Amino acid sequence: MNKMSTIEKIEKGLKRRYFSERLFQIFGISSIVFGLLCLVVLLTDIVGKGHGAFFQHYIRLTVVLDAEKLGIDDRATSEQIAMADYDSVIRESLLELFPDVSGRKQKKQLYRLVSDGATYRLQGMLAEDRRLLGQRVDVWVSADDDVDVYLKHVDAEKEASSRIDEQQALWLAALQAQGRIEKRFNSEFFMTGDSRNPEKAGIKGALMGSFYTLMVTLLLSFPIGVAAAVYLEEFAPKNRWTDLIEVNINNLAAVPSIIFGLLGLAVFINFFGVPRSVPLVGGMVLTLMTLPTIIISSRAAIKSVPPSIREAALGIGASKMQTVTHHVLPLSLPGMLTGTIIGMAQALGETAPLLMIGMIAFIVDVPQGITDPSTVLPVQIFLWADSPERAFTEKTSGAIIVLLGFLIFMNAVAVFLRKRLEKKW
Amino acid sequence: MNQVFDKAEGISMAVDSGSRRSAESGEVDMQANIPSATVGKVFVDHAKMAIRNVDVFYGEKQAIHNVSLDIRKNEVIAMIGPSGCGKSTFLRTLNRMNDTIPTCLVKGTIELDGNDIYDKKLDVVSLRARVGMVFQKPNPFPKSIYDNVAYGAKIHGLCSSRIELDEVVETSLKKAGLWSEVKDRLNQPGTGLSGGQQQRLCIARAIAVSPEVILMDEPCSALDPIATAKIEELIAELSENYTIAIVTHSMQQAARVSNRTAYFHLGYLVEVNDTEMVFTNPEHSLTEAYITGRFG
Repeated sequence: MNKMSTIEKIEKGLKRRYFSERLFQIFGISSIVFGLLCLVVLLTDIVGKGHGAFFQHYIRLTVVLDAEKLGIDDRATSEQIAMADYDSVIRESLLELFPDVSGRKQKKQLYRLVSDGATYRLQGMLAEDRRLLGQRVDVWVSADDDVDVYLKHVDAEKEASSRIDEQQALWLAALQAQGRIEKRFNSEFFMTGDSRNPEKAGIKGALMGSFYTLMVTLLLSFPIGVAAAVYLEEFAPKNRWTDLIEVNINNLAAVPSIIFGLLGLAVFINFFGVPRSVPLVGGMVLTLMTLPTIIISSRAAIKSVPPSIREAALGIGASKMQTVTHHVLPLSLPGMLTGTIIGMAQALGETAPLLMIGMIAFIVDVPQGITDPSTVLPVQIFLWADSPERAFTEKTSGAIIVLLGFLIFMNAVAVFLRKRLEKKW
Repeated sequence: MNQVFDKAEGISMAVDSGSRRSAESGEVDMQANIPSATVGKVFVDHAKMAIRNVDVFYGEKQAIHNVSLDIRKNEVIAMIGPSGCGKSTFLRTLNRMNDTIPTCLVKGTIELDGNDIYDKKLDVVSLRARVGMVFQKPNPFPKSIYDNVAYGAKIHGLCSSRIELDEVVETSLKKAGLWSEVKDRLNQPGTGLSGGQQQRLCIARAIAVSPEVILMDEPCSALDPIATAKIEELIAELSENYTIAIVTHSMQQAARVSNRTAYFHLGYLVEVNDTEMVFTNPEHSLTEAYITGRFG
């Protein structure tokens, strides 16, 4: 009896079947592990480098707000306070701490321990409370970026090639011994715009720029994209023209983004005269870029609504429009939101098209609206990564963390909305 | 009796595949014997709907050939026939549901109370409010039971107040025999009901807009025998107030619920007659072949 029974045949093949199944599982697991590993390495690197950007060393100075030295007379007008010579009182207080320092060169080295921003700090204090005039006050001012970098890395021996010389290091050690140096949370990083001085440079300008740009993008691309998708799916006749439009939309999704930037430059700025470097034009360009993504995903979402629901609505006499607005749209909204969030995430990380419309400019002021010149987070990261000062290294990573945080926040809102809207049938 | 029908089902599968091979008995040729005019009692007095010389095309393909038929007020007319014979297509022409298929073309006239429903002046929305439809698969909206029933009344603006709307929902659900089962959970999703309850909910939704005619496209094909029995009971009750046209695959069902039965074959309407006549004494050989289970 050579003939095997069916059961025997099946059992013979079983081992091989299970083997290939296990093999496939191993492949799957290892690729997931690899992906996770890359993510962990990336995140630890960024957080490791970037967390320093959220902290800053401050030096406590005891300054005498001497009216005469500041050049403020009895009237103490706002103008006088704004124009006063704060540098001299700061220098004085430093010299008071280290009376031995002499010689122009050494003094200059001493003065360099404190950030240029210290004058604004004093000015702000005086503007708030004029009674401080003539008094002796303790004030925490931020340390210079070189000092900050030095202090952050002073424990690690390899950082010897710092821009702080031995003399300055001794002064800093003395200040530390007196408890005049403190590392604090750098709230200024989130409160100010860009600056040439790393210790004064903040992310808020770029953050607000990104926010306004994305608002413009969302407000334009979501309604336009959904309207286009609904029309193409539900109303448009199926003929050669709509086929052509569909092919074109799919192709647009694959166009390199810098092309959209060129288009924006030529059409929005040069032809329509929209001002350059503003979130309005940035949002318009990014709208062009995200539209195909939103249209394609919205169409897929509309297609996935079971036709029986449409029939049910039409069958009791709902008009085409009512069928769409009462049934098709609510059911496809979660899918549309998914597509929109993918598009928005893409737009948030986009740099190339914005370079073409001037959003790469160095802008100090925090934009107050969609028509103020501004830059966006990825461009800010690029600008900082390109800056020579060492302190900008950690600012760059800090900005990346902020960008990722922004992205996570945006996605979380979308996921929340989708969960609220999702219905089962 | 049951065995005969089981056999009929089996054969219908073979015919479905499109082959023209003769059925077991070997004698009945599907193409042959189609009469040039429908036999039986086609025209009646007091017709609610009058269908005259209707042809339906899907692009090049003709799905319905020259069908003429009257549907009497407050009768239940069943449409039977093998798969792909055009009975569902025909049903959908009666409230212009096939408008949604771009390639579909209807020729001839269909009148509802003497008005041509394919007239450009007649609005399809008001037509569908007068001629409601229940589909093969229960398709409640993913909304609450209340909203499902109230939807039609809402969009047509039938109710001016919430109280009136509540009343419409209650009477519709009562007519559909669902009120006692759902009255305590009107705010729960309609999709959470069982299949049979869902189908009765769809019937309640259809009658909430007070249609004159209800079209049912195999309403029981997705339901178990108990749910089916309930729907059949319901159809009998509804026929007192509504004109009902029902497409069914089950000849027992047609025999149980309908006053008249129309037999469709390959897009032709072969025979229409009182249900009893069709099942006991069919005039045409194709009808006889079908009801005796010689092909599906």
